[in-house]
Amino acid sequence: MEYFLQQLINGLSLGSIYGLIAIGYTMVYGIIGMINFAHGDIYMIGAFLAVIGFTAIGLVGGLWTPLAVALVLIIAMVFTAAYGWVVERFAYRPLRGSFRLAPLISAIGMSILLQNYVQLVQGARVKPISPVVQGGFELMERDDGFTVNLSYMQIIIIVLTLVLMIVFATLIARTALGRSQRACEQDKTMAALVGINVDRTISLTFVIGAALAAVAGVMVTMYYGVVDFYIGFLAGVKAFTAAVLGGIGSLPGAMIGGILIGLIEAFWAAYFSAEYKDVAAFSILVLALIFRPYGILGRPEVEKV
Amino acid sequence: MTTPLLHVEQLTMKFGGLTAVDAVSFTAERHDITAIIGPNGAGKTTLFNCLTGFYRPTSGALTLTHDLGEYLLERMEGHQIAHQARVARTFQNIRLFEGMTVLENLLVAQHHKLMRASSFLIGGIFKLPSYRHAEEEAVMLATKWLEEVGMADKADWLAGNLPYGDQRRLEIARAMCTDPRMLCLDEPAAGLNPRESAELNQLIKNIRDQHGCGVLLIEHDMSVVMNISDHVVVLDYGKKIAEGTADEVRNNPDVIRAYLGDDEEEEA
Amino acid sequence: MSWRLSHDGLREVLMVMMVAMLLLLPMVGLRTVDSSSGLGIDLHIAAVFWAVLLIGLGKKSLVAARENIPVIAYPAACVMLLSGFLAPLPTGFLEFFALAGGFICLTNAILMTLRGGRPISKNSFGEGMDVVATKIQAATPQVAWVMFAIVVALPFVFPDRYVLDVSILILTYIMLGWGLNIIVGLAGLLDLGYVAFYAVGAYSYALLAINFDLSFWVCLPLAGILAAFGGLLLGFPVLRLRGDYFAIVTLGFGEIIRVVLINWYQVTGGPDGINSVPRPSFFGLAEFTRRPSGDLPAFHEMFGLDYSSIHRIIFLYYLILVLALVVNFLSVRLRKMPIGRAWEAMREDEIACKSLGLNRTNLKLMAFMISATFGGFAGAFFATKQGFISPESFTFIESAIILAIVVLGGMGSQLGIVIATLLVIGLPEIFRDLELYRMLTFGIGMVLVMVWRPRGLLAVREPSIRLHGLHGKGAKS
Repeated sequence: MEYFLQQLINGLSLGSIYGLIAIGYTMVYGIIGMINFAHGDIYMIGAFLAVIGFTAIGLVGGLWTPLAVALVLIIAMVFTAAYGWVVERFAYRPLRGSFRLAPLISAIGMSILLQNYVQLVQGARVKPISPVVQGGFELMERDDGFTVNLSYMQIIIIVLTLVLMIVFATLIARTALGRSQRACEQDKTMAALVGINVDRTISLTFVIGAALAAVAGVMVTMYYGVVDFYIGFLAGVKAFTAAVLGGIGSLPGAMIGGILIGLIEAFWAAYFSAEYKDVAAFSILVLALIFRPYGILGRPEVEKV
Repeated sequence: MTTPLLHVEQLTMKFGGLTAVDAVSFTAERHDITAIIGPNGAGKTTLFNCLTGFYRPTSGALTLTHDLGEYLLERMEGHQIAHQARVARTFQNIRLFEGMTVLENLLVAQHHKLMRASSFLIGGIFKLPSYRHAEEEAVMLATKWLEEVGMADKADWLAGNLPYGDQRRLEIARAMCTDPRMLCLDEPAAGLNPRESAELNQLIKNIRDQHGCGVLLIEHDMSVVMNISDHVVVLDYGKKIAEGTADEVRNNPDVIRAYLGDDEEEEA
Repeated sequence: MSWRLSHDGLREVLMVMMVAMLLLLPMVGLRTVDSSSGLGIDLHIAAVFWAVLLIGLGKKSLVAARENIPVIAYPAACVMLLSGFLAPLPTGFLEFFALAGGFICLTNAILMTLRGGRPISKNSFGEGMDVVATKIQAATPQVAWVMFAIVVALPFVFPDRYVLDVSILILTYIMLGWGLNIIVGLAGLLDLGYVAFYAVGAYSYALLAINFDLSFWVCLPLAGILAAFGGLLLGFPVLRLRGDYFAIVTLGFGEIIRVVLINWYQVTGGPDGINSVPRPSFFGLAEFTRRPSGDLPAFHEMFGLDYSSIHRIIFLYYLILVLALVVNFLSVRLRKMPIGRAWEAMREDEIACKSLGLNRTNLKLMAFMISATFGGFAGAFFATKQGFISPESFTFIESAIILAIVVLGGMGSQLGIVIATLLVIGLPEIFRDLELYRMLTFGIGMVLVMVWRPRGLLAVREPSIRLHGLHGKGAKS
């Protein structure tokens, strides 16, 4: 029971991170109908910016921790958003209306480019940082001494994710940007005709997705304390799985999918085998796509004739 | 010739809460051109998609009977309907293999025959005589249909580069290359000028008279419908509201009501 | 003629420089390095400064060329190019960037002048490339014979270990490219996990040869069959999926195979891989060792030669050459057969295929299995050539490289794949110093090719059959 509870907490924190990345996939898919293959690497960039940020703050003497975290979050979001913008501008926009696999291939190119760029400028070694937020609550203790912990970091992750989700849902539901996005999802030509700047809306979608991925990157850096240039690949595929599982195009779906993947991974690693936890994620992806390709919250698509 | 070519019984197709086709029954004869008409949204294309296996009907029976046997279309997969039951179709928005040549389009339609001749792979890889012979025959059939639709000199054109009218006719030729017993044409005259439209009428009549192939036709152009159809079925809001010869249908009060205000009626 | 950039043009240049600044400042400017007390940071502000400057110069030249202002386009390009030689650039990459960028900008400016001031649009570029591609495509038979003569003669002209090793590598990738081309180029399915079949082939060979003591010539077909079986296993569930979902699932499949290879320690040796994979014999007649351990005679004694380790390399070279040619022969034939036409039709329009009675699942499965078989052959060859295999060799990046070869070459074009392999695998071998930037340029290349030539360099399709012959009437297309 205690062990189960601990895995539940771990799974929720991990799942929140996947959910944040999955939002980027789901939004981009919703608006241009394409998988942003480079999104995982955008998240990796965010994580690296967090490493750089925390190291830099540490070197200049440190700051009050909440301030440091807030500062790093903002920095990571701003600079990562720039990367998101560039990916859209160079790998997607020129290919709108090209044959259907072209943007996917150029995004793979972009992904390779980003990975190797980071490897080149930051080195291939794993980057460790000293823990930023330590400690936590001890929730209960089993007779044999096993304790169930809820660390402050896990609280931060879950709360921050929740807050961002609410802000974000409001943004989509209430603002002009949200309306433009939904209009572009339905019909880009028509949206342009009624005066929506389609290019700008799509750009903003990438930018927002990248900023959220940056938050996930910062969280991961603080949670695990290590980052390398290759983390984007696995996290990307898992977050994409989350997006598909939840129903691609649906924001709450992405979050639910993310948490499901996080839980499955945590429990799988705890009860079956830690080595094969990535296989579990991929298998779920395959199963989800085969049996319910429209996801938990999505609707089935009819083959148009 | 007692059993009709196609027997549609109580066909119903629902999408969620919407009933696109509602308990429609009719028959189509072997040597007839049967037209299905009705205002926009009457469920004509949905009916077609059920017949050709693109949708699985919610309920009802679709029975096709011809020299090769009896087929229950509602139970078959789309590709089986085309391959075994020999139902061929064209599309409202033309669907050609645009990056391939006209001749290649027509050869893809003869895929099963050629596959068998190539002994699936071996015969084709080693160019055995039996395969070469089959390919020559397939090219001859394709050429015959190209002559029939008046495009013999365009065999090596890319299908996507053809003018619109040619694309329409090529799609019909391609469908005929599958050696069908029933040909379903989804608005074949859409976008054609009067001369092309008249040529098309002749082509469809030829298909009925010379190739022993029943024709099922969705059409908006009433001149086409009234000129060539032997039998007309009228749909409105998913229900069959009338059936009969062109003249009978034209004078049916329900049909007139369904089309009220529609100018096309006068043109006929 | 104007002497200054338009207002919009100038703003565009400044915008690009600003974005470049945003991108580079933290990532390049603040380099994290290991130090005694955790991470430290090296400042590389000069590198950022130069990079932004060079990017600005390049953009200025491109914008000036677009606006037909040669007095800016040429000098900007030249300054960029020269700074690659003269300026005190802090890193090798910047020098490379300055040279490559300067060269591209200069070419762009010259092209603009040659075209009488008309800028090069994507369309005009595509048309120009089409003309070139059509000419090359038309000359394919001659080019192919010349190439064939060169590759057959190569081991005698250059009996050099390095040359042969590189050639073997290139031929392996050509073979893989031709194999993948059946799925991607003909059937139009984006397979991101092709390396899985390659891995299945390699491990099948290694395990069969070691555990059951089977010879290469028995294992080769078995490896192909096992890989085809893998294709079947993967194919059944995923072939119904839409294009991009399909791509992700194949990617997942590739990763699953790799994770299994790493963790199934008892069988695959885990991350350490399998050592001492048996080398092929000379068709079961002779061994390539100095003193054969088994019953077979030594190759050099059999032919009365002096012992040389290059004999085996030459043998391997011809082996992969023959394998590749077999794959090529089969691909070319398949394309002109009903199944090949059906694949291409499926790539064009699946719904129309359904209406013509084509069973899409079967067709895709066939493509998958045939393609997987070829991948399996290549894998078996790889294992026997290396003598050592480990999961390291079968990462996603391998799949991406093979895919890039197919895409770059022009999907569906056999000759295009040869040219693309020479570019992607051959060029980096020649410029070994740039090894570090190889994958970087590779990524950039993939993006640029998609933007400028989405269907690949030789994207001109030769019809599988012609009614009126090559030069007959109506050959217009």
